[in-house]
Order: sequence, then structure tokens, then C-alpha cells
Amino acid sequence: MTEGIPDYRIPVGDWVERGVDWVQDNFTDVLDGVSDGLGLVIGSFEDALMAVPPMLLAALIVALAWWRVGWRFGLFALAAMALIFGIDIWKETVTTLALVIGSSLVALAIGIPIGIAMARGDTVEAIVRPVLDLMQTMPPFVYLIPAAIFFGLGKVPGAIATLIFAMPPAVRLTNLGIRQVSREHVEAGQAFGCTDRQLLLKVQLPLAMPSIMAGINQTLMLALSMVVIASMIGAGGLGNTVLTGIQRLNVGLGFEGGLGVVLLAILLDRITQSFGRAKQGGPANARSGLIVRIKQTLGKTKQEASGV
Amino acid sequence: MSDKLVVRNLYKIFGPDPDEAMRLLEEGLTKDEIFARTRTTVGVRDADFAIGEGEVFVVMGLSGSGKSTLVRMLNRLIEPTRGRVLLDGEDVTAMNNKALIAMRRKQMSMVFQSFALLPHKTVAENTAFGLEVSGHNRAQQGAQALKALETVGLQAVADSYPYELSGGMQQRVGLARALATEAPILLMDEAFSALDPLIRTEMQDELVRLQQKDAHTIVFISHDLDEAIRIGDRIAIMEGGAVVQIGTPEEIVTNPANEYVRSFFYGVDVSKVFSAGDIAEDQVLNVFQRADVGVHAALAQLRDHSRNLGVILEHGNKFRGMVSVKTLAAAVDRSGETRWEDAFIRSVEPTPQDVDLNEVLSRVAASAYPVPVIDDDGTYKGIIDRQILLQTLDRAG
Repeated sequence: MTEGIPDYRIPVGDWVERGVDWVQDNFTDVLDGVSDGLGLVIGSFEDALMAVPPMLLAALIVALAWWRVGWRFGLFALAAMALIFGIDIWKETVTTLALVIGSSLVALAIGIPIGIAMARGDTVEAIVRPVLDLMQTMPPFVYLIPAAIFFGLGKVPGAIATLIFAMPPAVRLTNLGIRQVSREHVEAGQAFGCTDRQLLLKVQLPLAMPSIMAGINQTLMLALSMVVIASMIGAGGLGNTVLTGIQRLNVGLGFEGGLGVVLLAILLDRITQSFGRAKQGGPANARSGLIVRIKQTLGKTKQEASGV
Repeated sequence: MSDKLVVRNLYKIFGPDPDEAMRLLEEGLTKDEIFARTRTTVGVRDADFAIGEGEVFVVMGLSGSGKSTLVRMLNRLIEPTRGRVLLDGEDVTAMNNKALIAMRRKQMSMVFQSFALLPHKTVAENTAFGLEVSGHNRAQQGAQALKALETVGLQAVADSYPYELSGGMQQRVGLARALATEAPILLMDEAFSALDPLIRTEMQDELVRLQQKDAHTIVFISHDLDEAIRIGDRIAIMEGGAVVQIGTPEEIVTNPANEYVRSFFYGVDVSKVFSAGDIAEDQVLNVFQRADVGVHAALAQLRDHSRNLGVILEHGNKFRGMVSVKTLAAAVDRSGETRWEDAFIRSVEPTPQDVDLNEVLSRVAASAYPVPVIDDDGTYKGIIDRQILLQTLDRAG
């Protein structure tokens, strides 16, 4: 007994353990369902990416980098692909890419609607905010253990841990983006007779798009940063390479894995950012970029063709 | 003019305890006292007026006087605490959500100070916004949007994005968007305040022109008196949430209800408030009916009254000319038949009554004689001399 500290104990740890046991005993079906669903998403992503011939996939990535960001970045992407082939981590990179994109997509599919709900109700915000704080500050190792207990070892618990870690920015920035839409824009929507749903789809979401895209970008980055940790419970991919390097004290192997993560991070970051940023106040700014850009490009071609 | 929009005892109270605030209001406490006691803000108190069809009704007041709140209660962007808003006799305040949305789509559109255009839509798409949400098909949207854009002279930039346009052009798009739904009522919230002065004047003229072609019922918020006078048929002045005076620009300038209203007009350019017809006086000069008096009799009468000038009218009080003792005497002295025409002062030309005071000023300054004022039919309304002009300017200053 340490001096000056009141003598009582709240068995929080016991409660959590009992809670975990209870969930495991009573919700086996639910857990299995989640496991199968998530496994299917991640698995099919990986299968699809693996099915593409490596050279073709690499060429696609380079082309995307070139088109979205610029020719300099296209060259960088080319060099990065050559390096990844050269140090023989292509398979691991693709596995990681599938895990990151798959769990990010699920995180966004859950996170963005929650963000919208938060923006529309102060009560929802008051409830969700502390949960997000918890998700972001709780060390990932702590929920890695129950994830492994619930879902066994492998990609699914890795994806769950990644999901929990990576979702908060998507929720927060969706909420923020919608709340930052100016009062007059919202009033304009209402004054012209928008229903709540029209207001959301035609005014609030398009105007919040830069912020939402920043959230998507952050989610991807955080998902990538979970790669090494998730590989501890068997998620595989580049994290495995790093982990093996650490376990064998093989500095070179660890560095190669790390380098793969870094290259993937740079590519994902710059490419997703390009969708959110575009021209400030410009058309591509709001409507997620891609569609508008294609439309514009087509429009220009049409105009040129008709000699205008 | 029938009443389009009627506001009956409308109140808006922001804050936790509107009922308590209403009770205190009835006891006669001021806005500040009520805020100190209950932490509730009286946004609008007891607004009560009617706006006629085709009228431009300007709501003026300092910021915080409740004018934005008042206008937003008309289409219920802000829910009234008490009172009623009647549109063509139908109670807007009692509408359910569905009826309210239908009303906003068909009856009332709005123009905003910050334009509030959607940056991801083109000018044409922005203009069609009201039609899009009310479910018109693409062809209708395009046709009506283009028509509205033509009205404001922007059909050439239909495919541009708002950020490519200047502020004035963006607000024209805002106006086109409001016109496109063909709603009979336009709510304009400080619509021109964000524009620079030259463009602002241009837009005001544009609005006046639109009104002449196709009269909407317009409720226009402004803090700029010159603007209110330029475009307003009537002006309502708000102070601390209450409407303190409603009247035509002339009525308010000549007879302000209190010191607050008067302070608005301090330093205002009265030459825009009054037109020639407002200040012309018909008791100053002797008036002769051409058919009743001869030249000799007129001369004698003027000498009797020791007056120098007279005005000659024809049947129906049509203005014919102005004479002086000197020109009459000269005409009489001339041998032969004496005709009125010989006695008219040649430099005197009548001025139409709707000419504004600036123009009158220069005409009076340029002429040695008073300036006669006539209406559209040529009927004599009176004259304006330097003394009358100075009195008018002095009264307003």
C-alpha cells in the first residue's frame, strides 16, 4: 500500500475481461458473420489485385500518378515500382495494398455516415466524440488482443484493428466539413425548397467534399501505419517483412520492408490528395474531382472538335 | 393593389425561455432589459404590415435590428415564435413540412448577400437549382434557366463556373436562380451589399428595369438608404426588433417618426428622394386661364398684386407659358393685335414632374426664372424657384 493513496479498487480490467468472454460466448454468429464479411472484402481485393499481371498493375499505378499529380510524380512512381520489383517485395506490397484499401473502404463506409449523423445532431456528436477520442488514443496493441480472441489470427483481426485505428479522421472530417458549410449556402438550399435529403446530397456533401477527401486521405495513411502492428497477428504483407527483419535482427530485411511501406504511403498520399485538393473553389474541388475532370476533358475535346 | 404578403403580430424570440420573454415584452420592458433578465434575445417584436402585389418593400435598419430575422420568417428559414404570415391569404406559419417546401419551390425565392452559389455547378446548373430540386426534367431546367440568364444578360457564360465570374456577375446568377423558378415573391437579403458601389448602382437599375417589365413582389433588406430610396416603393425601418416606421421614401424623409429614423437620413442625398413633382408649388405665381383673361387684364392684375411673373394655362390646366410684367408690357406696346405668344418668356421650358432633384437643381441654376413643372399630360403642377429648392435641401440636411 503506497502512502497517501486511498485504499479501494475498481476492477475495470475484470469487467472488460468478463465483457469479452460474454461477447464471445453469446455473439459467436455475429462475430463469425463479421469475420466472413470482412475476410471476403479483403480477400477479394487481394485476389483481384493479384490476378492482374504485376507489370500491368505497376503500369496502371504509374499512369494514375502521372495523370493525377504530374509527370514528375509519374517518374517517381516508375522508379518506385522498379525498386519494389528489384527488392522482391511485390507480393507483400500488393497484400498490404489490399489490406489497406479494403479496411479503409470499410472504415469509410462506416465512418462517413457516422460523420453525417454527427453533423446533423448535436446529441450524436456529444456521444460519438468521446468514442472517437478513445479509438484514437487507446494504444492499438490493446485492442489487437481482443481482436485476435474474437476473430483468430490472420487478416481479419488485422483489418479490424486497422479499421478502429483509421476510422476516426474520416468521421471527424466529414462532420467538420458539413458543419463548415456556410449558413447562407444551407439557407439557399432550404429557400429553394430542398428536402433534408436533397440538402445533404446537393448542398452539404458537395461543399464538404474537400474536407471529406482530407479525411479519406488521413484514413488511408493511418491504415498504412497499422500495417506492421497488424502483421503481429498474422495480417501478412510488408509488415511481415519488417517483423521478420526485427525478429532475426536482420537490419537489411527490415529496411527493405520499411522502404516498401514508405513508397506505398507516398503514392497513396499524393494520389488521394490530388482528388481532394484540385483547384481551390474550382469545379473539381467539390465533386470528388474525377468525374468532373473527365467531364471537363470530354467537354473540351468536344468543343475543339466542333471548332469552337 | 391587393395584399400579397401579410404579416400579423409577428414575434421571434431566441433563447431558452420565449414565454417569459413574451410576458416581459407585454409588461413593456426593452430588448436589453429582457436579455439581462432571461438571457433570451428578442429578434423581432410585433411586426405587423401588408405588402402589396408588385410592390418593392425595403426593410431597413442597423445590424442587429432584426431585419434579416424578419425576412427569414416569411419563408420560415427561421420559425416565428408568435404571429402569422399570410401569403395570398394562406397561413404560411401553419403549413406542414410538405406544404412549406412546395411553397418555397413555387411562391418565394431568395437572393443572398454572399451569393451562395454552388461552386461545383456551372452557371446554368446553379440557375436551374430551384427547378432541379422541385423535380423538373433536364430540358425544362435548361430552357427556364437560359431564359432567366437572358433576363440578367448572362446567357454567354452559362457554362462557366461561378469562381470564373466577378462578384457582380455572380450576383446576377443569384438573381437569375431566383427568377428561374418564376416565383411571384423575391426575398433579397442585402443582395447588393457585397458589391462595389458602381456595380451596386448598376444592379439596382437592373432590378428597377426588371420590375417595370415583370413586376415581382420584392422584400428587400438593406442598410443603405440610397439603395432603399432608389428601388423601394415603401420602406420599413426597424430598430431593436420593432418596426418603427413604414412609408414611402418621401413620407419618411419629410416626417421621420423618431430620432433613430431621422439619423438614417443624416447626410443623405435628398436629391434622390424627391422628384420635381414632389416639391413644385402652385401658389407662388399668379395663374391665368388663357380663355378667361386677356393680355391687358393680366398685366393690370400682376401690377395690382405687385407680382412680376405669371403662368398661362389652357383648358384642362395645360401649361402654355410663363409671362413677366416686362414681356407683357412689351407685347401690349407693340402695335396691332396683342397675342399671348408674344409675351411668353422664351427661355422658360416646362420640366416633367418625375425628373429628379439633381436635374432640377441644374435647370433652376441655369435659368433666370422659376422652372414650371408639368405631369405626363402636360398639366401644370406648380413651379420650383431657388427659394423652394433651398428650403427642400435645408429640411433634409
